[in-house]
Amino acid sequence: MTTQSLTKEQATSYTRQIFIGASLLMTALLMFILFLQNTKPGQTATFGTNLSGPDQPVKIPDIVLPVQPTLYVLIGITILLAAWVLIRGTRAMGWLISIAVFCFVVSFLVWATQDNSFSLVGMLGTTLISATPIALAALCGVMSERAAVVNIAIEGIMLTCAQTAVVAATLTQNLYIGLIVAILTGAVIAAIHAVLVIRFKVDQIVSGTAINIFATGATAFIAKFYLQKDINLLNNSGTFPTIIIPGLSKIPILGPVFFDNDLIFYITVMLVVVVHFLLFYTPWGLRTRAVGEHPKAADTLGINVYLMRYVNVILGGMIAGVGGAYFTIGSVGRFDQDMTNGKGFIGLAAMIFGNWNPIGAYLASLLFGFADSLQLKMQILSIPIPSEFLAMAPYIVTIIVLTGVIGRAIPPAADGKPYEKQ
Amino acid sequence: MEDKVNKTDQTDGKRASTLVNNVLLPALAVFTGLLAGAVIIAITNVATLTAWSHFFQSPLNALSATWSAVATAYGALFLGAIGNPKEIVAAFQNYFATGQTGQLYKAIYPFTESLVTSTPYIFAGLSVALGFRCGLFNIGAEGQFYVGALGSCFIGYSITTLPWFIHLPLALLGGALAGAIWGAIPGYLKAKFGAHEVVNTIMMNYIAILLTDWLLEGPMKASGYRPVTPTIQTTAQLPRFFPAPLRFNWGFFLGLAVAALVYWFLFKTTLGFEIRAVGSNPNAAKYAGMSILKNFVLVMGLCGALAGLAGASEVLGADLWIGQGFSAGYGFDSIALALLGNSHPVGVVLAALLFGILRFGATSMQSLAGIPIDIISVIQSLIIIFVAAPEIIRWLYRLRNIRVERTVLTRGWGQ
Repeated sequence: MTTQSLTKEQATSYTRQIFIGASLLMTALLMFILFLQNTKPGQTATFGTNLSGPDQPVKIPDIVLPVQPTLYVLIGITILLAAWVLIRGTRAMGWLISIAVFCFVVSFLVWATQDNSFSLVGMLGTTLISATPIALAALCGVMSERAAVVNIAIEGIMLTCAQTAVVAATLTQNLYIGLIVAILTGAVIAAIHAVLVIRFKVDQIVSGTAINIFATGATAFIAKFYLQKDINLLNNSGTFPTIIIPGLSKIPILGPVFFDNDLIFYITVMLVVVVHFLLFYTPWGLRTRAVGEHPKAADTLGINVYLMRYVNVILGGMIAGVGGAYFTIGSVGRFDQDMTNGKGFIGLAAMIFGNWNPIGAYLASLLFGFADSLQLKMQILSIPIPSEFLAMAPYIVTIIVLTGVIGRAIPPAADGKPYEKQ
Repeated sequence: MEDKVNKTDQTDGKRASTLVNNVLLPALAVFTGLLAGAVIIAITNVATLTAWSHFFQSPLNALSATWSAVATAYGALFLGAIGNPKEIVAAFQNYFATGQTGQLYKAIYPFTESLVTSTPYIFAGLSVALGFRCGLFNIGAEGQFYVGALGSCFIGYSITTLPWFIHLPLALLGGALAGAIWGAIPGYLKAKFGAHEVVNTIMMNYIAILLTDWLLEGPMKASGYRPVTPTIQTTAQLPRFFPAPLRFNWGFFLGLAVAALVYWFLFKTTLGFEIRAVGSNPNAAKYAGMSILKNFVLVMGLCGALAGLAGASEVLGADLWIGQGFSAGYGFDSIALALLGNSHPVGVVLAALLFGILRFGATSMQSLAGIPIDIISVIQSLIIIFVAAPEIIRWLYRLRNIRVERTVLTRGWGQ
């Protein structure tokens, strides 16, 4: 590297340092103006740590925070972080920004719950639930993009699967058949995407967009033409019952959050572990990653690049099928038009933020789930922010995450490029 | 995509292949899409299904039932979008004979209304096409459409004392500016941080729709119960050619003018050349000293401005106020449209006319033949696939010795 480019790099890192330091100071100022100015001394905020259910053997006392001192501490921490960045440079950036975001969110919560109480456990529970479809979408993305096929059709796959799941489950009166049909539908649509981009070398994003438009149109067509005419015959399935894991569900705070959930949540967690194991600890995973990073080298070694890509995209589609089933038979028991609401795309952002790694993607989807459940809870607390702005939260978080300020992710090297066998 | 065809063809061969690429393949794609739509109409029709279940007893009956179902639906679409040709001719004869306009206006209503529907399509299609030319995929036309409409609507109803020749351009400009800001944000994020514009523009869509909901419930709400904005001032309206209920207005010709402008910009200016260079090979463009960052921000801003104008033309020309669910998917249709028009302004205008006819005709197909309007989205998605995968069309119609030229449209994450 020449000295010139080095100094240039130093210069960019210096402007970056000032930019981030200044934004942290701005955040502290915002916290002061928005939150601290709108509180009175002596107020407290109560965070519930127990669900209202009677069967909790151990009760933990609720967390009661004095509003103003807490806000002063959080603002102080943010100012210290800003000072750290301005003096010491931009090392460990991800941590610094994460702490700042955490301070901001906590101060927001404290401000919003002043003289009120707010169930922390309920919040964590809805976070997991909101994160489930996002995580499944992200896993689908990880599967196909590790084999270098960009799949933005996830949104459409989930929407279609949501519909086929509820129709099949209602017709057969069996939710498990609904789930299987959803998985098969996901496989079929993913296979169409795979054929279009692998066999016909259609631009991967164009193909994905076409499938999304198709899914929106086809599900709306079927909903209007068939489902609305006889709701009880076709569009009223009921949902999976919650499965309470005996023993574990009695653990305070964690028990009701993790071990008192519905089937698809458990499937999701298992899939995260299984996909992670498959990708990083099996020959199949090694081949998949080879195909995603350097298909030519993989081909030279005798790996069937096309086959690997087909299999991965279709398996991904099946995971997205589970995610689609979540929307209907996993949560509300009926299909509504456009009910996926961008969760598939948010899943893609979670995949990128999670660095194309299943566990990372799951943690990232928890972040989005948190943003989603936060806006739902805030609407109950009746704070002076219009509900539409709160509903923007997950989308804004997605945009911020994609800028890579918190952490830059590196996609598989061949991601999005068709492979031409020579 | 590495499979770019070597450009060593003879000029004649090249001209023939351009003709095939720009005319024959899109036409066949549309035809095949409509054919698939006909299949859907047939298999969702109860009478057709029963006739087919007795196919071996009376095959002709099955075929005629299919034909009548499809003919009813597409007939309703045609009559709804174009009008009855005989009536139109009679109305013109009557007009020239007697000078009465009532019958004439009634006869040309369907076609002019289709043109009104195509007006925002022209702008929005140009928006997506311009993005494609720079290697950017603007899925955000929907959101830019919303904020553009909001911007021009606000200027349209809130300012009351201006003469029309200031007020109308101001309102149009406001829409374009709002859209430009909405588009430039993802462009900047892409150029600066490598954040892929596809996901970001989609997120901007959701934010725009929520913003619209909020504005319609709050700051921009007209008095009354319904969440709608006030009607814009007459000085901000795009002038209409005929009395109500005909809504045909200057917006359509403004669209054609902007299409010409985009053509000139893309193919006759240095900046347009730069944009196309960045689109076809960003590395080469960078090496030649062109700024990728500047081009991405500029192009996404222009894309946003065009989509914003689409919203502006809809508010100022046709609707005159904004209600919920205002856009009806213009932004997403425009993707199909830009692909169909091969990202060329002329192609976009033609495709916009076609889509305007399809969309407006589909409303009467819905009311007369009971086919949900969403079938148009299904047909459009198939058209996208056929245009994007010409091999399918070549295989279906046995077009063997025709070389298909492909252009790079988009790239993967962070490239």
